Amino acid sequence: MTTFVIRRLMQAVMVLFATSLIVFVAVYAIGDPLEILLPSDASEAERAQVARSLGLDLPLPVQYGRFLWAALHGDFGNSFVYNRPAMEVIFERLPATLELTITALLMSLLIGLPMGLWAGNRPGTMVDESVMTGSILGFSLPHFWQGMMLIMIFAVWLGWLPSTGRGEPGTIFGITTSFASWDGIRHLILPAINLSLGNMAVIIRLTRTGVQETLPLDFVKFARARGLSERRILLVHVMKIILIPIVTVIGIEFGTLVAFAVVTETIFAWPGVGKLIIDSINALDRPVVVAYILVMVTLFIAINLAVDVAYSLLDPRIRSRAA
Amino acid sequence: MTLLEVSELKTWFETPAGTVKAVDGVSFSLAKGEIIGLVGESGSGKSITGFSILGLVDPPGKVVGGTIRFNGEDLRAASEARLRALRGDRIAMIFQDPMMTLNPVLSIGTQMVETVLAHRRMSRADARAKARDALGRVGIPRPEERLDAYPHEFSGGMRQRVAIATALLHEPDLIIADEPTTALDVTIQSQILSEVQGLAAEMGMGLIWISHDLGVVAGLADRIAVMYAGRIVEEGPRDDVLDTPRHPYTSGLVASAPIANERGKPLRQIRGSAPSALHRPEGCAFRPRCDHAGDLCVNDVPETCAAPRRWRCFYPLGSS
Repeated sequence: MTTFVIRRLMQAVMVLFATSLIVFVAVYAIGDPLEILLPSDASEAERAQVARSLGLDLPLPVQYGRFLWAALHGDFGNSFVYNRPAMEVIFERLPATLELTITALLMSLLIGLPMGLWAGNRPGTMVDESVMTGSILGFSLPHFWQGMMLIMIFAVWLGWLPSTGRGEPGTIFGITTSFASWDGIRHLILPAINLSLGNMAVIIRLTRTGVQETLPLDFVKFARARGLSERRILLVHVMKIILIPIVTVIGIEFGTLVAFAVVTETIFAWPGVGKLIIDSINALDRPVVVAYILVMVTLFIAINLAVDVAYSLLDPRIRSRAA
Repeated sequence: MTLLEVSELKTWFETPAGTVKAVDGVSFSLAKGEIIGLVGESGSGKSITGFSILGLVDPPGKVVGGTIRFNGEDLRAASEARLRALRGDRIAMIFQDPMMTLNPVLSIGTQMVETVLAHRRMSRADARAKARDALGRVGIPRPEERLDAYPHEFSGGMRQRVAIATALLHEPDLIIADEPTTALDVTIQSQILSEVQGLAAEMGMGLIWISHDLGVVAGLADRIAVMYAGRIVEEGPRDDVLDTPRHPYTSGLVASAPIANERGKPLRQIRGSAPSALHRPEGCAFRPRCDHAGDLCVNDVPETCAAPRRWRCFYPLGSS
């Protein structure tokens, strides 16, 4: 297990290096930030001076080399727009996004798993049919449309929940979070629902299929013949089998959630990194874009590693192969 | 004393193509400590008979008629909770494929302990001790360690022993063994056979041994019941059935056992194949494959009883 983790960490370093190179070149190709940073009537001398101060006058390999060297020392450059370290800008916004995605993920699990088990256990019944139809709507209706409908219904017509912003987050143990204040939670509900619906639909369908494929297996019949309760069979025997594909999907979906958070954050004016990256791309704020993508890649690597570890915890057959 | 009495059991499957009468009027009884061999081809309804007794027929299958009495109790009238209390405690079942009967992601210990705790109030440690003893009893070395192992760490024969140990945890009165040796090597097969036989005798358990292999049953059962197309076509004490079969189908089965064949001669076989459960012939279902069929065979065949034997045939063998 330890060698496995070490090998994965070394791979992770390679992946980060490769990503940084690709992103750096790609961002370089998008356009010249000077066009946006300077007023259109700026003189040639001013342009040259700003370019020199930002290091934009150097050839690409030299720029990349300087970036890499600084990055290895923990410095990802200053944002052109905010004139502060790029990482600082990102980490200021990241908690809001993680809060949103984790809430959405938990919601889709806590609702999706029981619904999937319920439907899978009663194939062909009304319950099954309605859950399945509902889940189709869940992932086929466009994300932004769902978000707008949520605002229409719960914020505009019913007036129950606020439609935009993060409200006044409270503070627990020195961490500022929406969970700590009622206002924060109220602001979190709609965007979290919006973000979770698609994912919830996937988890429902996956769980239902898993249950329906597992229930006819011999070991379930043997478990019944041993006199176990249906509850134990479903929640222990079947659940442990279907958790393996579900964990895989959660790993992939977490990434999708962070990505889709861009849409949700835009609709609900949620001050997270999703909005930041859109703004930064528009402003050609290179250091922020590069730093953001590196943070996301690190997050993905960490999730994948966690998924692989979870596999071996869930499935003894994988465990003994790895040993 | 009668342990199990099945009479006129009917288990049908309603399918879009029609009603499949998998079990169509099966009757037999079993005394305490007795072993009955239920023999037949695939699709003859022998496994479904076993599942019907446990109340574990999968939909769309349903027990639609007959009675099942276990220790005097009517199982068809029993509640699901009562059946669950009996399953694994008083009536146990062993399955055909040991690769499939244990949950691959739960340890042997977990699966055995949960079986103990489903029926008895006791501490986890006591349940574990009980599981360990059960493993030891079926000849698994170092049972304490093996409790923490997972099914894939056992060979097929060992897995079947684990399944048997699990089935025997509560020393049931009745075991339904659904071809438990079919998937195993011949040497392991005979080991398991003799072990089950020994344990059944030791605990005084009744045993229904379901098999398509007459040879396996011949060495084990007190009585043999031969099933064909959802019915028992012949039943009686083992030696009588094997030595002087009355039903042409039984006779065909006995003759087609390779061991009965003279060396060098082509193996004997029953011509044709078992009818589809959807389109069974009128009257005797074996008629199209039978060399002795006569005019009467298109009618429904009544049972002929000549204690301790019975058969369903208009032209039984051994009568002139």
